[in-house]
Amino acid sequence: MTAPVPQDLLDAARDGRTAPLGRLVSLVERGGPAARDVARAAYPLSGAAYTVGITGAPGAGKSTLTGRLVGALRSREDRVAVLAVDPSSPYSGGAILGDRVRMHDHVLDDGVFIRSMATRGHLGGLSLAAPEAVRVLDAAGYDWVLLETVGVGQVELDVTQTVDTTIVVVNPGWGDDVQAAKAGLLEIADVLVVNKADRPGLDETRMDLENMLDTSTTAGDGWRPPVVATVAADGGGVDDLLTAIEGHRAWLAGEDRLAAARAARLWDEVESILAARLRRRAQRMLTDDGIASVRSRVGARDLDPWSASDRILAALDGGAPPAPSDPGA
Amino acid sequence: MPARILVAKPGLDGHDRGAKLVARALRDAGYEVIYTGIRQRPDEVARVAAQEDVQILGLSILSGSHLALTRKTIAALQDAGATDVHVVVGGTIPTTDVPKLLEAGASAVFPTGTPLDDLLAGIARLTGDGEPEPATP
Repeated sequence: MTAPVPQDLLDAARDGRTAPLGRLVSLVERGGPAARDVARAAYPLSGAAYTVGITGAPGAGKSTLTGRLVGALRSREDRVAVLAVDPSSPYSGGAILGDRVRMHDHVLDDGVFIRSMATRGHLGGLSLAAPEAVRVLDAAGYDWVLLETVGVGQVELDVTQTVDTTIVVVNPGWGDDVQAAKAGLLEIADVLVVNKADRPGLDETRMDLENMLDTSTTAGDGWRPPVVATVAADGGGVDDLLTAIEGHRAWLAGEDRLAAARAARLWDEVESILAARLRRRAQRMLTDDGIASVRSRVGARDLDPWSASDRILAALDGGAPPAPSDPGA
Repeated sequence: MPARILVAKPGLDGHDRGAKLVARALRDAGYEVIYTGIRQRPDEVARVAAQEDVQILGLSILSGSHLALTRKTIAALQDAGATDVHVVVGGTIPTTDVPKLLEAGASAVFPTGTPLDDLLAGIARLTGDGEPEPATP
C-alpha cells in the first residue's frame, strides 16, 4: 500500500472521517518533507476556525474545563477539535498523555475530535508541531480548535502565539497580590478563570486579579480580561466562560483586530521558522572544513569572534567578506 | 520519533493497576502512551485509536471476556478506518486462549506474569524499530 497523499487525507478529513485526520496530525508531528506537504495543502483551507488556548499551572483543572467547554460548544452544535499537549519525560523521551480521560463524554461524538500530543523536549508549553497541528484541525473544518497546553509556570507562553483567545486558569488561594503583580502568565490572558471556585479563597483571588488588572499598564490594546469563576468538576460557570470567550471574540472582530492579530502571528511564525533554518545552516557552516582556518585563528587569538562571524556570514551570503571594521553586520 | 501506544481497558472490570504499571514502563522505555481510563466500550477504544493514530493498541482485560472484547475491538477498529493498528492483549488470559486471541487478529498476548522486559521486547518488535527511541534529555 502506498502512502496516501496529504490532499487525499485532507479531503477525507473534511468529509468528517476520523482516521485520516489522525494520520495528518501524525505526519505534521513527524516533520520532514511529508509535514511540509501537509502544511502546504492545509494552509489555504485554514483560518475559518476560532482558536482558543487553555493554559495555567499543573492541576488547575485545564483538562476538565476543556471537556466542559467542548460540551457547551456541542450544545450549540458547533464542531470542536481539541489538541491536548502533555510533557515528554526529559529522561526517557516518553510520555503519558492522559488529558483525554477528562473529556471522555465526547469520545463517540462525530462533531468532536480529540488529539493528545507530547512536547518532545520543546519548552514553552507546546510542542514544535502544535501550531501546525492546530492549522490542520482548522483546515479539517472544525468551528473551534481548543489548544490545551502543559501545566506552565510564569514564562512559557507559546500558546498566545498560536490562538485567538488565551484563557489562563488559576485556583483560589493560588497566590497573593505579589504573584498577581508579577509579569508573565497573567499578562497573556484574554480571559482569566478562577477554577475550583467552590474552594475557600475565591473572593481574595478574584480581588487580587482585579487589582492587578486595575493597575496594569501593559494592556495598551484596550481589552480588559474578564475574571470568570468556574467549578469545572460540575460544570458551574462554564456558560459564563463561553460568554467571556465570545466577548473577546466580538471585541477582536471590531476594527479588524482579529485579521491584524492573525496576520501578525503568521508573520512571527515566518520569522521563527526562518531563524530556526538559518541557525541550522549556521551550525552546518561551523563544521565545514572551509572555515577550519577561521576557527584556529580564533583559538590562537589572531581573529576576534566578531570578525570571525563576519567571515562566516559572508561565506553564508556567498558574497565578499565585509570590511573588518563593520561590527554591526 | 517515539512510537505512540494506546493503553485501554475495555469492559467492566475496574482494576487498572496493571494497566497503569505497563503505561509507566512504556513511558520509561521512551514511548508516548495515551491512557483512556477504565470501563471503555470497544467502539470508544477504536475511535480513540483512530484519533490518536497509534501504532499499538494495548488492551488490558481482567474480566475473563478477553475473547469477545478483543474481537469486538478489532472489528470496531476496521469500522473506524484504523486498519494498521497492532492490537496486543494483556491481563488474566489462560494460556489456552492465547492462540485464539492471535487467530482473532491480536499481534501479541502478554498474560499476567509476563516479565516487563519481555513485554517491552515484544512491543519494540511491533513498532518496527527494534529499539524504542533513545533517551534525549
